[in-house]
Amino acid sequence: MRGLDFEVQPSEFVALLGPNGAGKTTFLRILASLSRPSLGEVSVAGYRLPDQAAAVRARLGVVSHLPLLYGDLTAEENLRFFGRMYGVSNIEARITEVLEMVGLASRRRDLVRTFSRGMQQRLAIGRAVFHDPDVMLFDEPYTGLDQDASVMLDDVLRSVAAKGRTVVMTSHDLIHSGDLATRFDVLSRGVITASATRKQLGKTNLLSFYKKALAD
Amino acid sequence: MAADQQTSRASFLKAMFAITWKDLTAEFRSRELFSAMLVFSLLVILIFNFALELDITTRQTVTAGVLWVTFAFAGTLGLNRSMAVEKDRGCLDGLLLAPVDRSAIYFGKVVSNLVFMLIVEAIVLPVYSFLYDVNLFNLGLFLVILLGSIGYIAVGTLLASMAIQARTRDVLLPILLFPVAVPVLIAAVKASEGFLAGNDFGTIYAPLSLLIGYDVIFIAVAYMVFDYVVEE
Repeated sequence: MRGLDFEVQPSEFVALLGPNGAGKTTFLRILASLSRPSLGEVSVAGYRLPDQAAAVRARLGVVSHLPLLYGDLTAEENLRFFGRMYGVSNIEARITEVLEMVGLASRRRDLVRTFSRGMQQRLAIGRAVFHDPDVMLFDEPYTGLDQDASVMLDDVLRSVAAKGRTVVMTSHDLIHSGDLATRFDVLSRGVITASATRKQLGKTNLLSFYKKALAD
Repeated sequence: MAADQQTSRASFLKAMFAITWKDLTAEFRSRELFSAMLVFSLLVILIFNFALELDITTRQTVTAGVLWVTFAFAGTLGLNRSMAVEKDRGCLDGLLLAPVDRSAIYFGKVVSNLVFMLIVEAIVLPVYSFLYDVNLFNLGLFLVILLGSIGYIAVGTLLASMAIQARTRDVLLPILLFPVAVPVLIAAVKASEGFLAGNDFGTIYAPLSLLIGYDVIFIAVAYMVFDYVVEE
């Protein structure tokens, strides 16, 4: 990536669209403090990276196409573990609240390895919101989900965004991104080639906007 | 300032023990890592039992070597598996995203890997004692096993975190680990031999202090570099 300039306002839901290899995941990993950029400045929620990485990570919830969960722990054990890592207070009440939010309260004592891909992804979202972060990063959250699981994930993502959180989601799934995001940025060959809010997009079809941005 | 330091120390310890709790809970449920280490160790001492000429004097001299070769090989298996679990579903990223000092992750993994290794050693010792007809109930030997295991696991956990990023991680770990762990293994073998032969403490002091020195150095180096090792 070179010359990438990206800014998100609080409570905005930005869909970062782009083809494979555009640098979406790399960019998100830099925002999440998992990768270090060789040049440039990054700040998240008012904290600079990498100097204030711990403060950034405390305000960040990350969901990737991998669940980041332990298969040999139950749903509630996974959440309890991450709750301890994030220093969440009143963990047991929060576990119940989060499992109800993602619709897995009845499976709380089941091992995660027995969950379907859709259930694992919902629990992954529960893990990411467990410490009530201000900023959420979603990296291709729909990968490997069937139609029903995708619809269910839409609802969970909507409820996550409805709490006033700032969300950045990378995706090449225009249908789901089009339903959820308030702003659409197109990333191609490491730079943002186009950006438009839902309002600016008006009646323009997202697919034509995306195709035009890639062609330019 | 003092209150801040106390809070960060508390969150460090909390994160460290959370990782150890998570590893032990998952392992006592699946027993994948533990059974692989244990079966492998028992097979190694069984093979040595048939391969070596075991008259009374040979038994005394080979015991320390056979034990430490067994522990080193079994330890590598355990270390590989312990980090593979973190890589499988992207869990290492989940750990690295937590707002804690990343060395807490390292120390949490060290404690759980050490517990697995000590459990395997506690089972292997009486089996070895029975098969080779050698009395291994020796407090000095137990101390050496503890110190040697700490050093081996300290450096092994750091190198396993490096090797896990590579495609050839299963092969890479022993290649990286054995040359670095040689001082620990040599000191551990020498000190174990000394205690088993009933030598006076003066002759055991040198390898024992070497072992303690290596433990301290390995832990300090790992504490300083772990953050850089795991960051891309």
